[in-house]
Amino acid sequence: MRRRTAMSRRQWLWGLAFAAPWLIGLVVLELYPMVMSAYLSLTQYHVFTAPRWIGLRNYRQLFADPLFWLSLRNTLFMVLVGIPLNLATAFGLANLLNARLRGVAVFRTAVYLPTLMPAVAGTLLWMWLLNPVYGLINWLLSTLGLHGPGWFSSPIWSKPALIVMGVWGVGAPAIIFLAALQGVPEVLYEAARIDGAGRRRRLWHITLPLVSPATLFLVITGIIGTFQLFTSAYVVTGGTGGQDNSLLFTVVYLYQLAFTELRMGYASALAWILFMVILAVSVLTFRATRRLVYYEGG
Amino acid sequence: MAQTRTTVVSALFALLLVVIGAVFAAPFVWMVLTSLQSLQQVFHFPPSLLPHVWEWINYPRALTTIPLRTYFRNSVTIAALSTVGTLFCASTVGYSLSLVRWPGRTALLWTVLATMMLPFAVKMIPLFLLYMKLHWVGGFAPLIVPSYIDVPYFIFLMRQFYLTLPRELAEAARVDGAGELRIFWSVILPLTRPALATVAIFSFLFHWNDFMGPLIYLTHPRTFTLALGLQAFQNTHSTQWTYLMAAATVFTLPVILLFAFGQRYFTQGIAITGIKG
Repeated sequence: MRRRTAMSRRQWLWGLAFAAPWLIGLVVLELYPMVMSAYLSLTQYHVFTAPRWIGLRNYRQLFADPLFWLSLRNTLFMVLVGIPLNLATAFGLANLLNARLRGVAVFRTAVYLPTLMPAVAGTLLWMWLLNPVYGLINWLLSTLGLHGPGWFSSPIWSKPALIVMGVWGVGAPAIIFLAALQGVPEVLYEAARIDGAGRRRRLWHITLPLVSPATLFLVITGIIGTFQLFTSAYVVTGGTGGQDNSLLFTVVYLYQLAFTELRMGYASALAWILFMVILAVSVLTFRATRRLVYYEGG
Repeated sequence: MAQTRTTVVSALFALLLVVIGAVFAAPFVWMVLTSLQSLQQVFHFPPSLLPHVWEWINYPRALTTIPLRTYFRNSVTIAALSTVGTLFCASTVGYSLSLVRWPGRTALLWTVLATMMLPFAVKMIPLFLLYMKLHWVGGFAPLIVPSYIDVPYFIFLMRQFYLTLPRELAEAARVDGAGELRIFWSVILPLTRPALATVAIFSFLFHWNDFMGPLIYLTHPRTFTLALGLQAFQNTHSTQWTYLMAAATVFTLPVILLFAFGQRYFTQGIAITGIKG
């Protein structure tokens, strides 16, 4: 008995010892910044003088800030248009990738490789492909008799250009859809076929419900990621927000406020609003889709 | 009759696959082709697919125009040292959260999962101010040190892997009186090699590709990484497309090589956590 308690105390200590790096990281690099950021959002702080408490004024000012609303609208556009387009493409591709065909592995690699490309390199490449005058895409359009738009230099086409670029990078969600598709038991399709269900009904009543947990996962991670869209927009515009601020996304604006204008308090308030928006949209998505997502055995 | 029909259908299907595969590969091909053309040819409409003269000299020229060697070295240094830290932190903490029996581990696992959801934007400003106080801004430390203590995603990945190992292994060694450090180092860790490889690859890729971190913390061009250096170069020389594409190729090549040699670890990463890497 005494041996046992001695042993469990030792386990206690070793558990703590092995977890020590994370305990430090959790306190110093996670909890402290969260608390600090909440505090700073209630102050006026320009780095070189001490923070001055101003209560909720930053938040009130943000709600009257047209650039804040513009950045939120720009970001929402990417969430509402980009994510559905991305996931539809990924789902379509996954169905093709699922084919039992010789050489399909090469195709899988071709679809997956773009997701590995460094974001900066990928963005530079697409700036070149979408160059209004000398780019490959507008040349291809011109062979079809179409006059290609100015893409990143046009306030109307800059966000669609980012979405096109995003569709090129759907390899990761496509692979996740593929794994989900391969988890659908073949017998279900056979039973449905015997019952005379056509291709469309099998898709609607078997495939889509059974991959719905993967879809929900991809929608949620898509929301979290897209609300924090930064690198591609920064590279395209050099951090400015682009033509008519059409690529001023929330985190781009946040970066400008914090690191070019040094308005750390105001920027912190924006960060918290962004956090709350992400949280709210994620929770709402979970709630709204609860009846649509099918968990086997759940 | 039915036989020929299925043959036609599968041939069409194969053709569709080839076309879509080509569409996805085309931007890569275009990047490399552009990097091998002369600047006059690049700025010509309509574009020609192949270089008139293969300008291999673009690569050495890009190296002297853009300080690519320095950027490359900085990127490798940061990514390698961060990966060492990630392996250390994920393997020890993951072990504590799975195979060591102690009461705090469930609560601690929740903190790991919760912090995975926190947007970086919220922590960005206080972290910057913290590193400024430590006089770390401008150096590599803010990009490397956090990997040694704060990698929740990889901790979770390692924990999931440890749970697939037979529990009796550690228990038996404990009954035999082996010390905890020895159990960890000589009994358990050698079995986690595939998971460690997965962690190493994803960690290296993350730091290799990272742009926001270097943008916030690095101030002098001498310290720039490839991601930051290329963005800065493009910002001032927006028309040097041949050099930019040559540099982008150099930037992307290590990633492709990593994928070619470590392909099975990529799929493993997806399989272990059930989520994307």
